[in-house]
Amino acid sequence: MKSDQLLDAKGLACPMPIVRTKKAMDKLESGQVLEVHATDKGAKSDLSAWTKAGGHTLLEMNEDNGVFVFFIQKK
Amino acid sequence: MGIQKWTAAQVASRIIQKNKLFILDVRNEDAFQDWKIEGATIQHLNIPYFELLDGVDEILEQLPKDTEILVVCAKEGSSVMVAEMLSEDGLDVSYLEGGMKSWSEYLRPVKIGNLNNGGAIYQFVRIGKGCLSYLIESDGEAMIVDPARMIEPYESFVLEKGLVIKYAVDTHLHADHISGGRLLAEKTGSTYFLPPKDADDVAFSYTPLEEGKTITVGSTSVSVKPIHSPGHTSGSTTLLIDNTYLLTGDILFVKSIGRPDLAGKAEDWVGDLRNTLYHNYRELPDNLIVLPAHYSNVSELGDRGEVKAVLGDLFEKNDGFHLNELEFRKAVTENLPPQPNAYQEIRKTNMGKLSPDQEAQQEMEIGPNRCAIQD
Repeated sequence: MKSDQLLDAKGLACPMPIVRTKKAMDKLESGQVLEVHATDKGAKSDLSAWTKAGGHTLLEMNEDNGVFVFFIQKK
Repeated sequence: MGIQKWTAAQVASRIIQKNKLFILDVRNEDAFQDWKIEGATIQHLNIPYFELLDGVDEILEQLPKDTEILVVCAKEGSSVMVAEMLSEDGLDVSYLEGGMKSWSEYLRPVKIGNLNNGGAIYQFVRIGKGCLSYLIESDGEAMIVDPARMIEPYESFVLEKGLVIKYAVDTHLHADHISGGRLLAEKTGSTYFLPPKDADDVAFSYTPLEEGKTITVGSTSVSVKPIHSPGHTSGSTTLLIDNTYLLTGDILFVKSIGRPDLAGKAEDWVGDLRNTLYHNYRELPDNLIVLPAHYSNVSELGDRGEVKAVLGDLFEKNDGFHLNELEFRKAVTENLPPQPNAYQEIRKTNMGKLSPDQEAQQEMEIGPNRCAIQD
C-alpha cells in the first residue's frame, strides 16, 4: 500500500507512538495516508481506537516480525 | 502542584481500608471495560489518553475537588503524561507506578490463622487478578499452594521468617495464570506436586498429588490431606490442612463455584463437579474454613483483605449448592463469562509445552481470573 509519509515509532513506549502519530497527522492534508511503524504492543489497540475517535480511516494494519504497520488516511 | 507516585501496595491498602479514591483510567475503552481496579469506595472515569493530547481542560469539571485522584494506564507512561498535564492545571494528582501491569502482579500476604501444633497459614492475595495462593509453615518448613508466577514475594516472606520452602503444590492445572510452582521448586530444591490426572501431557517431571498420600509440613506437625475433587479439571484436588482449613482450589469459591469448561470438556465434567460439591464436600465437617484459589469481586474481601468462609455457611448461602441436576447443568455450561485471557496458551505454558518470555507472560495474564461460573 502506498503512503504519503512514513513515521518510524519503533522502540517507543506508550504514549509516544500516538503522540508522534498525532503530530504527523496534523501536518498532512485531508485524504493523505500516513504509514506508522510501531513495536509497542499497546499501540495495536490504541492506534486503532485513536484513529476511530478522530474520524480518520484505518486502511490497513498488519504485523511483521514484531513490528505493527498501520496505514491511516486523514479525514 | 505536585505529582505523587503510588505503588500497587498503597492502592491495595486504600481499597481494604475503604478509603475514597477517584481513578482516572486513561486506557482505551475496551481495556477498561474488560478489567479495572475495583473497590467499594472507588469511583472511576475512563478517558483514553489519546483523547487528551490537546489538553485536559475539557475533563477538569468531571474531576472531584475533595477526593484524591489517581491516574492509571496500562504500563505507566501515559498516566505520567496525563498527571503532568493535570498538575500544570493546578491539581494534586498521583499515578500508579508500573500501571495495570504492576497491579496485576502485586501479591499481598495476610495471616489466616495459627495451626494446632504450631505454625500458621497465610493467604497471598493477588488483588488485581483475584488469585489466592497459600503458605503453610511449621517447624521452619513451608509449603506454597497454587503459587503465582511471581515467586519473589514468597521468597522474601520465607527469608524474613527464616523458613525453608519444602513443597510447592498446584491443586490443578491452571488456565487463568502461569504457575510459579515449577520455578519455585527449581530455585529452592523443593518438591513440586501436581495432580496426575491433570498432568497427562506435561513436559516435565513432578510428584503426584494423590488422595491417601498425606504430606507433612514440619517434622510431625501439619498434615496436608489431598482429596480428589474433579470438576473444574479432572485432576482438581482439594487440600485439608491440619483438619481445619479446606483449600478448595477452583472447585468452590465463597460466592460462586468453579466452571468446568476451561479445558474444553464442560459436558464431560458437569457430573464430576456436581458429585464433588453435592456428595464429597457434603461429607466433610461443617466447621472447616474454606480457602479458595480465587475470588471474583472485592466484596468478598474481609476486613483485613482476606477471603475465607465456613463450609457450613457456604452449604446454606452459596447458590451453587441449591440447584437441581438440570439447573446445575445449565448454570455451569450456559451463559458463562468470557474465558480468562489467553487461557489456552496459559494451560500449555503450565504443561511446559510453551516457554514464552517474561513480557509475553505478563501480557497473557492481563485481566481477571474468570474461573467462576459468574463474574
